[in-house]
Amino acid sequence: MARKITIDPVTRIEGHLRIDCEVDNGKVTNAWSSGQMWRGIEIILKGRDPRDAWAYAQRICGVCTTVHAMASVRAVEDALKLEIPLNAQFIRNMIVGAHGVHDHIVHFYQLCALDWVDIVSATTADAKATAILGQKLSDWKGNSYQEIKAVQDRLKKFIGTGQLGIFASGYWGHPAMKLSPEVNLLAATHYLQALEYQRKINTVVAILGSKTPHIQNLAVGGVTNPLNPDSPANLTIEKLFHIKTLIDEVGDFIHQAMLTDVAAVGAYYAEWTKYGAGVLNYLSVPDMPMDTKGKVFALPGGYIPGGDITKFTPITSQKDKMLYDNIKESIKHSWYNGNWDRSPYEEETVPDYTGYDYDKKYSWVKAPTFMGKPAQVGPLPHVVAMYLAGHAPTKKYVDATLQGVSALAGTTVGIPALHSTIGRIAARVIRCAVLHDTLNVQWQALIDNIGKGDLNTFNAPVFPAGEQRGTGFHEAPRGMLSHWVVIENGKIKNYQAVVPSTWNAGPRNGEDALGPYEASLVGNPVADAELPLEVLRTIHSFDPCLACAIHLVDGKKTPITKVKVL
Amino acid sequence: MIENSDVKALVLGIGNLLIGDEGVGCLTVEALSRRYTLPPSVECVDGGTAGFELLSMIDSKEHVILIDALRNDMEPGTVVMVEGEHVPKAFMARTTPHQLGICDVLAAAQLTEIMPKHLTLYGIEPKQMEVGIGLTPEVQAGMEKIICAVVDQLRHYGYEVKHNGIESEH
Repeated sequence: MARKITIDPVTRIEGHLRIDCEVDNGKVTNAWSSGQMWRGIEIILKGRDPRDAWAYAQRICGVCTTVHAMASVRAVEDALKLEIPLNAQFIRNMIVGAHGVHDHIVHFYQLCALDWVDIVSATTADAKATAILGQKLSDWKGNSYQEIKAVQDRLKKFIGTGQLGIFASGYWGHPAMKLSPEVNLLAATHYLQALEYQRKINTVVAILGSKTPHIQNLAVGGVTNPLNPDSPANLTIEKLFHIKTLIDEVGDFIHQAMLTDVAAVGAYYAEWTKYGAGVLNYLSVPDMPMDTKGKVFALPGGYIPGGDITKFTPITSQKDKMLYDNIKESIKHSWYNGNWDRSPYEEETVPDYTGYDYDKKYSWVKAPTFMGKPAQVGPLPHVVAMYLAGHAPTKKYVDATLQGVSALAGTTVGIPALHSTIGRIAARVIRCAVLHDTLNVQWQALIDNIGKGDLNTFNAPVFPAGEQRGTGFHEAPRGMLSHWVVIENGKIKNYQAVVPSTWNAGPRNGEDALGPYEASLVGNPVADAELPLEVLRTIHSFDPCLACAIHLVDGKKTPITKVKVL
Repeated sequence: MIENSDVKALVLGIGNLLIGDEGVGCLTVEALSRRYTLPPSVECVDGGTAGFELLSMIDSKEHVILIDALRNDMEPGTVVMVEGEHVPKAFMARTTPHQLGICDVLAAAQLTEIMPKHLTLYGIEPKQMEVGIGLTPEVQAGMEKIICAVVDQLRHYGYEVKHNGIESEH
């Protein structure tokens, strides 16, 4: 007998997501993904000055703020055919690179690891054996016995006080937890170290962007960072070298802890290479422009239909007509008035909430399509595209990770294993390492360009009369993001954001084809319908981000021991 | 520019301005910084709905004062003060109105050993937690109590807190 389970809200994600599954004989047979939040930013932007749009648009979210700011200025710049000074490109690239590294570290350790790592089990590990294991895996300085023992002692003390806090939403002792106590302890040690490194790399975003979350240094036409190597009020050489130090410190953590951790998780959970593939149409865009016109990109992108690598179509420019002409959104199953498939330029956003109905409308998220089909976006599609495009750093990290997993698992694990829940997680870590490599490239390019005497960071935009249309693409941490703007006489006439989690979390489209979250869940095992950890593993592997902070009500009630009423 | 190490105390309001009384923490720090001049050694921050970003602010402070809506089945507007090790427990037990809750942030601070020497939480019982801007009169009244208590506490710690002579709302 099929049984329906609902997870609402899914925690350890950003935003509010509801997942419904039909489970039969320990397997998911059908699934529905529903965004439970309404996003009205498009309506807020209508009639405003296009130069201000990015400041509003990045308020879509409190986590992936930078990416919306970036896509928004690019959309307006595309509409005006504006060239961007080289320095501005490199500064922007460093911001999105650092933001991406930060996002991937936080997702891998803080948001996703606890689906696979049993913290309670870590307290029973042999700390000496853990240190020996860690030192066998890499030269990471944080794998010393002293460090590991200290973490274990702190964990024991913490759990002893009865406040699992940070780890409260984990499924401890679940039969699907497979790591040995020692591997759990090693991962827990890196989990806590990751807090320090995510902070370091976010400092890069804050220095360049003046503030984070919600950077302040963008402008349509460039950036507002004045470049003057000698004036202390500006982006000085001293600040740039501080940034370089931060980048280098985080690099050691990524290479020696994060990449080896993901190989270990991949090897111990090898059966998860069989689940969670879902929609195999992979879409990504090139990013990190290296010239003023935006024709040359440091990171390639492309489209892979049906997971067939022989049909890989490179996308070499963010201005590729293939992108503009083939992206549509469907609202057949979304709480908007009507039933259409339209280009984002032509869309309207008229909410029409009709209640949750599995067969009709059940989500605030629209269903985007590429060439009429749902597509998966994110680090996995991007890494596969970069790999197929022959991007050297990507190839290096993919091959090394697969070799690492193969060695630990004692079997050969190849590229096809990436089409899975665990593959999606591995691809995110690989992309983190690729982004980190690119950060160094961007930093050097900026230093070299300043060294040539070029200090320009801004080309002023001019808005002609009449209508212009533009799209800003960005390969964000959760995948391909696009902002679509229609400008009329210098004011915004229409605006649409087609965000990565819309692509992945979208409901069924106009032809009732399942969205990527939904498709990835079908066939997923569920050992215990009361504790659907396996469903969360697959959903978390996408790094869900459903925009904007909301409230969660925790039903647990334990008395506060000492309170003073004023 | 004030170096981070010169800041000894942090007054941190957290909450979501868009969910009625849930925004009381943010509105309290806003009113506090408008009505009073705080010394450079005291940082007054609207933490909004941030999560781990708050860790670096808490790090190596002498005094941290948190202000948040705290559902505790009391009369709306009731203000409670919780201190030290009881603060994380208070958050654990109750509403976690933010995505990665302050409870997670405090747990991480404990596990990475960056907890402040003195930690105080002023929690206020919310009445209205629906989408919408503004506080209910009960919570507004509670907010005034918190402002007085925080000023007293900062002065007790030895910080010079000067009144600006502004009481009006805007």
